[in-house]
Amino acid sequence: MRRLGPWGRVMLALAFVFLYAPIVILVIFSFNDSRLVTVWAGFSLRWYRALATNDQLLRAATVSLGIALTSATFATLLGLLAALALTRLRRMPGSGLLAVMTYAPLVMPEVITGLSLLLLFVAIGLDRGLVTVTIAHITFTLCFATVVIQARLLTFDRALEDAALDLGATPLRAFLQVTLPLIAPAVAGAWMFAFTLSLDDLVLASFTSGPGASTLPMRIYSQARLGVSPEINAVSAVLIGIVAAGAIGFALANKRRA
Amino acid sequence: MSRRARLLILGPPLIWLVLFFLVPFLIIFRISLSEPVTAVPPYAPLFDLAGGLGGLAAAFAELDFETYRALLDDDLYLVAFLTSVRIAAGATAILAVVGYPLALAMTRAPTRWKPYLVLMVVLPFWTSFLIRVYAWIGILKEDGFLNAALIKLGLIRTPLPLLNNDFAVHVGIVYVYLPFMVLPLYAVLDRLDDDLLEAAADLGAPPWRAFLAVTLPLSLPGVAAGSLLVFIPAMGEVVIPELLGGTETLMFGKLIWNEFFANRDWPRASAVAIVLLAVLVIPIVAAHRMNARSLEVR
Repeated sequence: MRRLGPWGRVMLALAFVFLYAPIVILVIFSFNDSRLVTVWAGFSLRWYRALATNDQLLRAATVSLGIALTSATFATLLGLLAALALTRLRRMPGSGLLAVMTYAPLVMPEVITGLSLLLLFVAIGLDRGLVTVTIAHITFTLCFATVVIQARLLTFDRALEDAALDLGATPLRAFLQVTLPLIAPAVAGAWMFAFTLSLDDLVLASFTSGPGASTLPMRIYSQARLGVSPEINAVSAVLIGIVAAGAIGFALANKRRA
Repeated sequence: MSRRARLLILGPPLIWLVLFFLVPFLIIFRISLSEPVTAVPPYAPLFDLAGGLGGLAAAFAELDFETYRALLDDDLYLVAFLTSVRIAAGATAILAVVGYPLALAMTRAPTRWKPYLVLMVVLPFWTSFLIRVYAWIGILKEDGFLNAALIKLGLIRTPLPLLNNDFAVHVGIVYVYLPFMVLPLYAVLDRLDDDLLEAAADLGAPPWRAFLAVTLPLSLPGVAAGSLLVFIPAMGEVVIPELLGGTETLMFGKLIWNEFFANRDWPRASAVAIVLLAVLVIPIVAAHRMNARSLEVR
């Protein structure tokens, strides 16, 4: 077994500094008591207070949260069905088309998906707003959810399900009482993945959203284009904190189970 | 399983994706062949369904590729195409060179570290993409952290122009897509049989030779997978060139965005999107093949 030498250690350390330093700097300077974002002027929570009274940002955050909760749930349900179809119903007509369509959006540049969805909404006369952004996010995240659940189903031991069927369970009951509990962590993971992707999406939302339905990334983007501002640092720090807490919680939960 | 049950499983996702992925795709193709007009929506309808089948045939006879011809006439699109390829390929090459030793170091770390190392590489991917790009504005701008640090160290006197140029776009792509390159490489390198390297050593090969003759060739599928995973989205990137690039950094994704939001020329935006897709079809199919193969191996 080849061991990690001193060069390897330096390499790893540098890589992690590169990956994390920008995020750490961003968070530190959200506590800076100055409008200048590169000169430290003492610790302060003033940007967080400003955030708490920034109605526009708060409204955008609520919009984003609502869209992410709805779209992640629908995407996970549809993704579960798609994953089942792709692993169990391979010979059924239509499953080949489904395989292509669950894969293509993963690699399709978002500008193309966004533009084409917008053109569809205009063609069928659907007003742009919360509903259209949610539909766009379901379509986009459903493919990621499918991949996550499909990977789990491929390694799943079918014998357990067969045993339930032999013992007289209906296919539905065997699925609900045997298969679903066993793949539940993957389904939960798929939901979280879909939720994060939806919360983070800027491009699809920009194309498919209408007046009054600006999402948080859209607000952050329009301010970031004007340059660095401490308020944006504060929003970012809050979002990063949520992700960090989620990741630590997830790791702890997994550790306890293992 | 009954036929009804199977339909209930396959039906919903299939119908959803046909409606919201396949149909929009056909629409974008249709509109790219249509003429822009000042109206809502701003394009001339191409098919008049009232004319029935005869009308449809007439419409096909009249199809013209005016919008596409206009793309060829305007240098802007060729420049944007070349810029996109140059930047996406350049950043992919940098990522391969940076990501390879990193992935290799990860495989050689003590076994109990490995899950945490993988987690540390993946974790930034879970934080907002937009925020990670935004963070670099503060670092690269003229009075940003990097320039301040370099001046303090006495390496430079006047700040370097680091932001709003191609350099910054490369940095942004390398930063954001690093996990995409490292993870496939790590997966391939970690599965590599140590016995092969031992055999090479026993036969008298120095480590560098064993690397060139054994490790590198066997890990090429990982390099290819990682490169495709980076190159494809980088070609259509919008946010990174917009926030970190300069006015001359014209990339395809940004062009579609501009045609649509600034110029309100929907047919042209659609045509540019179709061209981008045509360019990406070969890498996308290659990536799909590789993905299918890796699923089978598992």
